[in-house]
Amino acid sequence: MISVLDAAPVALILALGVWTIVARDTFAAAVGFIAYGLLLTLVWVRLSGVDVALTEAAIGGGLTGALLIGAATRLRTTEAAARAETPGAFTRVLAALVAVLVSAALMACVLALPDPAPTLAPEVAANIAVTEVGNPITAFRAMDTLLEAIVLLFALIGVWSLAPDRVWGGRPGPRQHADPNGILAYVARVLPPIGIVVGMYIFWVGADHPGGKFQGATIIAAMWLLTIMAGLTDAPPISRTWLRIGLVAGPLVFIAIGIAGAVSAGAFLAYPDGFAKPLIIVIELALMPSLALILALMLAGAPQRELHP
Amino acid sequence: MSTPTLFGLCAAVLIGFGVYGLIVNPQPLRKILAFNVVGSGVFLLFGAIARRGAGAGFGGDPVPQALLITGIVVAFSATALAVALLLRLHDEAGSVTLASDVPPAVPTAVAPDSDAR
Repeated sequence: MISVLDAAPVALILALGVWTIVARDTFAAAVGFIAYGLLLTLVWVRLSGVDVALTEAAIGGGLTGALLIGAATRLRTTEAAARAETPGAFTRVLAALVAVLVSAALMACVLALPDPAPTLAPEVAANIAVTEVGNPITAFRAMDTLLEAIVLLFALIGVWSLAPDRVWGGRPGPRQHADPNGILAYVARVLPPIGIVVGMYIFWVGADHPGGKFQGATIIAAMWLLTIMAGLTDAPPISRTWLRIGLVAGPLVFIAIGIAGAVSAGAFLAYPDGFAKPLIIVIELALMPSLALILALMLAGAPQRELHP
Repeated sequence: MSTPTLFGLCAAVLIGFGVYGLIVNPQPLRKILAFNVVGSGVFLLFGAIARRGAGAGFGGDPVPQALLITGIVVAFSATALAVALLLRLHDEAGSVTLASDVPPAVPTAVAPDSDAR
């Protein structure tokens, strides 16, 4: 049976999905994408994936949406030229045909899924006691957490390397000047203390309940970006030593613990008996500040201002 | 029809929307956006499959859910890199067209790097 609670978000998501594709204005499409991401989080909750819902809200909808809105604003002058390049009716019909075929094939697959569904849940339940961590999604993410932190770091290096030589080592983004007595500056003073506490809570509670370092780090990164946007602080030059150390500290601690595990417990990222939970907490504590820095700087983009103007 | 099946079908339709947008929209930023719609559809499909694997006291199979979180984070990294590439192209060329047959004598309104200051 399908309840209204399921059908309503599906209808809204499909409508917003159409909007992000057909909207005339890229900025409007990006705004639609944020609303779309937030509605998707509702669906994730309905699918019992509360951890995924938090990640989708923080990163999928929030950070990606903010990134796209920032880019849409900078590319506004290219809108008219791009619109003139819209392909003709024949290409559009062909594209629609391809899209319908892809959708139909996937729908057939969804309807033909095996019953009962294959699952690893019993194995997870049988092994979770070993890690002493209550949340299975935190407990078993050693290797892919390490790799995704490194993917983020490489992506940030990629973004930075797109800076022109002249501004290499400089500060990302333009210097923001907001009215110091305006509402933005006011919010940027009041919200960060609350946001930091919420971020730390979501991080800490991730051990036993939905939450974790990614979601917490995103909130803390957002607070930092808010103070930068309000002109209260400035983005740091990317050549600062403390910044670079902060960026790699988390992944390095993770790798060090992994190698220690190879020596003491016989496998890379294996934890010695009884030390699983403390080591997971050390890893998460070390990763969180690095992730907050990486996420915030990724959103700030490539350097645009010279180090010594 | 069960709830996961409904969301799975919704995901299939979203992937179709994204594929259409990816082909038809000429603006590269819109292509990135459409690609993210495809991505979210794929994640949703995977999530629906995870929900079907509920058991042993979990509301969904925790293994695909953990992979999904990684997937969302990696999708964000790729999007950030794509957007940075696009903005650099805009700074250098003054336009973001992907057309291969641009007339060579197009006067660029924006000199290279001029809006980087």
